[in-house]
Amino acid sequence: MPETKMLYNPGHTACGGCGQAIAARLVIEAAGEKTIVVNNTGCLEVFTTKYPETAWGVPFIHSLFENAGAVASGVESALKFLGKKEGTNVIAQAGDGGTADIGLQALSGMWERGHDILSVCYDNEAYMNTGIQRSGLTPFDTNTTTSPSGKQSFGNPKMKKPVPEIARAHGIPYVATASVAFTRDLHNKVKKAVSIKGPKYLQIHVPCPLGWRHEGAATVTVARAAVETGLYPIFEYVNGELAAVQKIKPKPVEEYLKLQGRFKHILKLPEQIKKIQDIADYNIKKYGLKLEA
Amino acid sequence: MKKFVEGSYAVAEAVKLCRPGVISAYPITPQTHIVEGLAQFVADGELKAEFVNVESEHSAASAVLGAVATGVRAFTSSSSQGLLLMAEVIFNIAGMRLPLVLACANRAVSAPINIWNDQQDVMTIRDSGWILLFAENIQEVIDLHIQAYRISEDHSIMLPVMVNLDGYILTHGLEVADMPTQEQVDKFLPAYKPLYKLDVNDPMTLGSLAMPEHYMETRIAIQKTHETALELIPKVSSDFKKAFGRECGGLVEAYKIEDAKQVIVAMGSVVGTIKETVDDLRSQGKKVGVLKLITYRPFPKQAILDALKNIPEIAVVDKSISLGSNGPLYTDLTSAFIGQTKVPKISGFVLGLGGRDITKDSIKQVFDKLSGKQVDCEFIDVKKELLEEEYAGN
Repeated sequence: MPETKMLYNPGHTACGGCGQAIAARLVIEAAGEKTIVVNNTGCLEVFTTKYPETAWGVPFIHSLFENAGAVASGVESALKFLGKKEGTNVIAQAGDGGTADIGLQALSGMWERGHDILSVCYDNEAYMNTGIQRSGLTPFDTNTTTSPSGKQSFGNPKMKKPVPEIARAHGIPYVATASVAFTRDLHNKVKKAVSIKGPKYLQIHVPCPLGWRHEGAATVTVARAAVETGLYPIFEYVNGELAAVQKIKPKPVEEYLKLQGRFKHILKLPEQIKKIQDIADYNIKKYGLKLEA
Repeated sequence: MKKFVEGSYAVAEAVKLCRPGVISAYPITPQTHIVEGLAQFVADGELKAEFVNVESEHSAASAVLGAVATGVRAFTSSSSQGLLLMAEVIFNIAGMRLPLVLACANRAVSAPINIWNDQQDVMTIRDSGWILLFAENIQEVIDLHIQAYRISEDHSIMLPVMVNLDGYILTHGLEVADMPTQEQVDKFLPAYKPLYKLDVNDPMTLGSLAMPEHYMETRIAIQKTHETALELIPKVSSDFKKAFGRECGGLVEAYKIEDAKQVIVAMGSVVGTIKETVDDLRSQGKKVGVLKLITYRPFPKQAILDALKNIPEIAVVDKSISLGSNGPLYTDLTSAFIGQTKVPKISGFVLGLGGRDITKDSIKQVFDKLSGKQVDCEFIDVKKELLEEEYAGN
């Protein structure tokens, strides 16, 4: 047995190479043992809390699919009432569907009320727990089971919902993105977020080998390519101002798309590739991602 | 201390005396005065609590769920559409065995939208595992809230309790009622002692995934706890009498049924109207009475059978309906008699939907019709001309 207390234990039932499983461990280890985790329904809750076992070495509560923001608000309010909020972190976490779609209202309420809570979105870009259905954070042209490619379809017709921007519009003090491929950055962002009073939002890109159709061993490679192409910009807003971005030498988007089965249907369609390159170029310009020589 | 008080403010004051640490609610008519009253107590520093103004009833129920899971007594209140929006969380709170008290200002359910009283809202969560209590008047509104926390937080129960009070009739009506003192309530209601909670010094996982090999027993455990509640609720009522000097609570209350030939079974404020009608009819020599259900879940089957064992004719008054079937209380009551050697005549009547007034004349009609042919689901005070309009062209 290790000397240090395990906050997130092995033996859970996630798929091999699950990006979310890796990120969840990094998040809780950075936040530390004085943390209460509130988790929406989703893969993470299912693979870590199958009764009578639990992977969690910190207090953990799961209620429903969409209410982590509200449950966490109640937890934080109760801690305040008990005079125990100082020194205790509260994390409300969910997948992309639980954050961007069904859970957005409760999160918006939580952000607006100013609760001292870190919300974490593990963004694997579709409803993976139910079998790879499209969410508001599914990228353009992705082949999912509810946005399938077909004779008249290139897959998901919509762009990713700008949840970090939506969070920022609430005037909250900390909004950031991270990737499971850049673990030190992720660790530092969690540490920084929990040190700031008020609502925080952290959106982490976490590949899903099953849903994205790549080998489990390729998770970090795929995640890194998303960042290096500009398709998943890594940035940090502090008090509404862009404080830091991860600079890149932009690679063409094919370098990312070709690693995964979910974009296979467009790899030979230059027009579609161009549209996705435009998204990357927009991100690169908007956040100033390009590393100047 | 006796005071002339509106039902909603009576709830607010009774809840204040119970010292909840977290209150969360979302506005809906006719519940609003309850939470406005509590918000004012917090604003004036008369109640030390966190008041969380949420963006929906779903989040109100979720926030109090989180608070109780953290080991703090909590309160919320809703009505009608609000309760329906909460429904998912309502089931979840019971399943997670979290003690909580919710005041439901009973109101009709849309469509058509209607803010007035009936009891359809609570019937939508009837099967959730919550203990469901019904108040007849404002004194009971006060007393049942105080008892509700005792019942809910008892370590043999650990289930949420809903106190139902008829919208407008009780929420906005004024009566003289005795408001207990803080000392009395503190003595009767100890501080909440959680059996399990979110605590960084003793980490625990709440809300696990239960596979088919475990789920069913969790439901049976709630069913068994409801049996325990059937014993505890009368005990709490009797402790209440010792502490406060008045009768309130328990499972059922019989009014003039010892020698009765006809008895109405009902819940909530309509019982007051029925009692007055019973008095009128008795002065005319009619042997009638009323059996009030205070506790609807757990369903007090034995207490009902004991009370009604010698009654030849029973009418059930429902203020809600399971459309396509009958009034829910009627269904419960008739099923209670299955297997009994002596089965009375039982007729079902539906009254007062969407705020249609229930008068003494309405109740007299029920007694009259009870003498006639047995019926499962007869509506009282129906406007026949409107029904014809509804079906015109068919």
